[in-house]
Amino acid sequence: MSERFRKEYAGRGLVTICGLLIIAITLAIGAFLIYQGTGTFYKFHHSLFEFLFSSDWSPMDNATEGGGSVGSAVYIAGSLMTCGLALLIATPFAIGAAVFMTEISPKWGTRLLQPAVEIFVGIPSVVYGWIGLTILVPFIRDVFHAKMGGYSVLAAGIVLAVMIFPTITTVAADSIRSVPDYYRKAAYGLGSTRWQTIYKIVLPAAKTGILTGVILGLSRAFGEALAVAMVIGKTRAFPKNILSPTNNLTAAIAADMGNSASGGEQNMALWTMALLLYVISMIFIVLIHALGKERKE
Amino acid sequence: MKKKSLAIVSAIVMTASLLAGCGASGSADKAASTAATQAAADTQAADTQAADTQAADTEAAAQAESASADEATQVSGEVTAAGSSALLPLVQAAAEKFMDTNPDCTVTVNGGGSGEGLKQVADGSIDIGNSDVFAEEKLDADAAAKLVDHEVATITMAPVVNKDLGVTNLTTDQLVSIFTGKTTNWKEVGGPDEAIVLVTRPSSSGTRALFKTWALNGAEEASNEALETDDSGTLLQTVEQNKGAIGYVALSYLVNNADVQAVSIDDVEPSLENTYNGTYKVWGYEHMYTNGEGSDAAKAFIDYITGDKFADSVESMGYGVASKMSEDAVNSHKSN
Repeated sequence: MSERFRKEYAGRGLVTICGLLIIAITLAIGAFLIYQGTGTFYKFHHSLFEFLFSSDWSPMDNATEGGGSVGSAVYIAGSLMTCGLALLIATPFAIGAAVFMTEISPKWGTRLLQPAVEIFVGIPSVVYGWIGLTILVPFIRDVFHAKMGGYSVLAAGIVLAVMIFPTITTVAADSIRSVPDYYRKAAYGLGSTRWQTIYKIVLPAAKTGILTGVILGLSRAFGEALAVAMVIGKTRAFPKNILSPTNNLTAAIAADMGNSASGGEQNMALWTMALLLYVISMIFIVLIHALGKERKE
Repeated sequence: MKKKSLAIVSAIVMTASLLAGCGASGSADKAASTAATQAAADTQAADTQAADTQAADTEAAAQAESASADEATQVSGEVTAAGSSALLPLVQAAAEKFMDTNPDCTVTVNGGGSGEGLKQVADGSIDIGNSDVFAEEKLDADAAAKLVDHEVATITMAPVVNKDLGVTNLTTDQLVSIFTGKTTNWKEVGGPDEAIVLVTRPSSSGTRALFKTWALNGAEEASNEALETDDSGTLLQTVEQNKGAIGYVALSYLVNNADVQAVSIDDVEPSLENTYNGTYKVWGYEHMYTNGEGSDAAKAFIDYITGDKFADSVESMGYGVASKMSEDAVNSHKSN
C-alpha cells in the first residue's frame, strides 16, 4: 500500500494541490477585492450610481474622514473609449494578417509572420509606452496640432492597438486554421474564387473564434496600465475629441495608490475601481466561455 | 471514484503538513532572528568595549582619535526605509555613505509614496517611513500617535516653465490664476501668445499638497485641464517638450537640469538661500518616521542624515538643511 501510495497518489496529490491552489488564489483575490472595494459603499456611504455615472471626483485623502465625492465616470469612460478605439484600429489589421498567414500565404505566414507576431506579444508594455511617448505623442502634437502636447485618446488607442494586435491575430489564425478543409473544397467545387471562399465561407465559419480573440484582446487592453498611463495625459475630464487627453481606470489607480492614506476615502475608491476591473474581466471570461460552447455545438 | 477521493484526501494532508511546516519554520525563524538580534547586541557591546580600550591605548596618537571615534559609533544590523519619492534620492545617497562607515549595517531604501511609507512603518514592516507630509494627514490618530517624527531636511518647490517661453517671474495672483485654469494664455501674464499647458501631479502627491498650500494659497488646481504625471522626472520631460507648459518640481530635480526655467514668485528666486532666510515660502519639511524610538541602527542612520558631516551633501543635492532654517522661515510656516 505504501509503495503504491508513493508511486501513484503522491504525484496525483501534488498536482491536485497545484490545481486547488490556483483556484484558491483566484477566489482569495476576488474576496479581497470585494472586501476592500465595497468600503466605498458601506463605510463612506456612496451610491453605486454615483460611483459609475458621476464625474465629480474629489475624495478625501486621510484615514478616517469621508464626505468627498467618488464619481469615476471620467475614468470608466476613458477606459471604454481608449479600448474601443484600439479595437477599431487593431481588429481589421489582425483579421487581415490572420487571413494572410493562413489562407493566402501559409508558407510565409508560418515562417515569417507568425514569429513576428510572437515577438510582438513578448515586448514589455513599458517599451510600447515609452516608444509611444517619444514618437507618437510629439507626432500627434506636431501633425494634428493637438492642444495638450499630443497626450490624447488617439495616442492611447494606437499604443493599445499595437499591443492587442498579436493576441487577436494569433487566436483568429488558429480559428481559421481549424475550419475543416472540405468547406473550402466544397466552395471551390461550386465555382467560388479564393476570395469568395475566404469571405463567404471561411470567415463566417471561424466567426466565434475570431470573436474570442477580439474579447481576449479587449481584456488585455482594459487591464493595461503602464503604457496607457504614459501617453493618455491623465487629465480628469471627458475628452472633447480624440486629440484631447483624458484618464482611465488603471492609470488612476496607479497614480494614487501609493500616496493615498490607506483605508481612506480615496484609497477605498481606488479599490472599488480595481474591483470594477476585476468584474469586467470576469464578464469577458464568461463571454469567452459562452462563445466556446457555442463553437462546439 | 475511490481513487479520486484518495487523491484529494492525500492532497489535503500534504497541504496541511506544508502549512504546518511553514508555521513551525516561521516560529523557528523568529527564534533565530531573536537570537541573532541578541548576538548582534552582544557583539555591539563588545565592539564598543574594544573601541574604548583601543581609544585608551592610542590616546597619545592624536590623528588616530577620529578613526576610533568613528568605530565607537559604529552600528550593525538592518535598516529598511520606504516612502516619499521626493526624499528618496537623498536617503539613498545617505544610505550609501552610511554603509561605507558602518560596514556591518545594511540600509535598504525604497520609494512607494508617502502614504505607503507611513502605513508600513505604522504596521511595523519597515523601520523608517519617509514622508512629505505629517503622519496625522495619512494615518488615523491612534497609529500616528505611535510614530516619532524626525524632520531630516527641507524641500523647496519651484514652478518651472519651458526655456523658450521667456517667463522668469510670476506674482502669486498670476500663479493661482494659471493653476486654477482662469488664465489660459501666456500673453495675459506678460509672456508670448502661447496657450498654457498645465502639468501637475496626482492629487495624493505630497509635492502637490505643498505647492497648493504655499504657492497657491490653498486654491485647488484645475485637474480637468491639466496633464498629470506620476513623477517629477516625467513632469520635467513634459515641460521640456512643450513650449506653453508650466509645472512644479522640488529644487533637488533642478540641480543638474538646465533644460527648464525655474520661475521666481513675486520676484523671489526659488533657492536654498531664500528658503533659509524665509523670503521664499514654498517649502516643507521632509519627515522620517520611526515606530516608537526605533532601533539603534535606525536612530544612528537618521542622526547621520541630519548630522553636520552629511549637510554639504544635502545641499549639493538641492535639499535644505533643517538646522539652517532661520527663525523667520520656521515661524512663517508655523502660523498656518
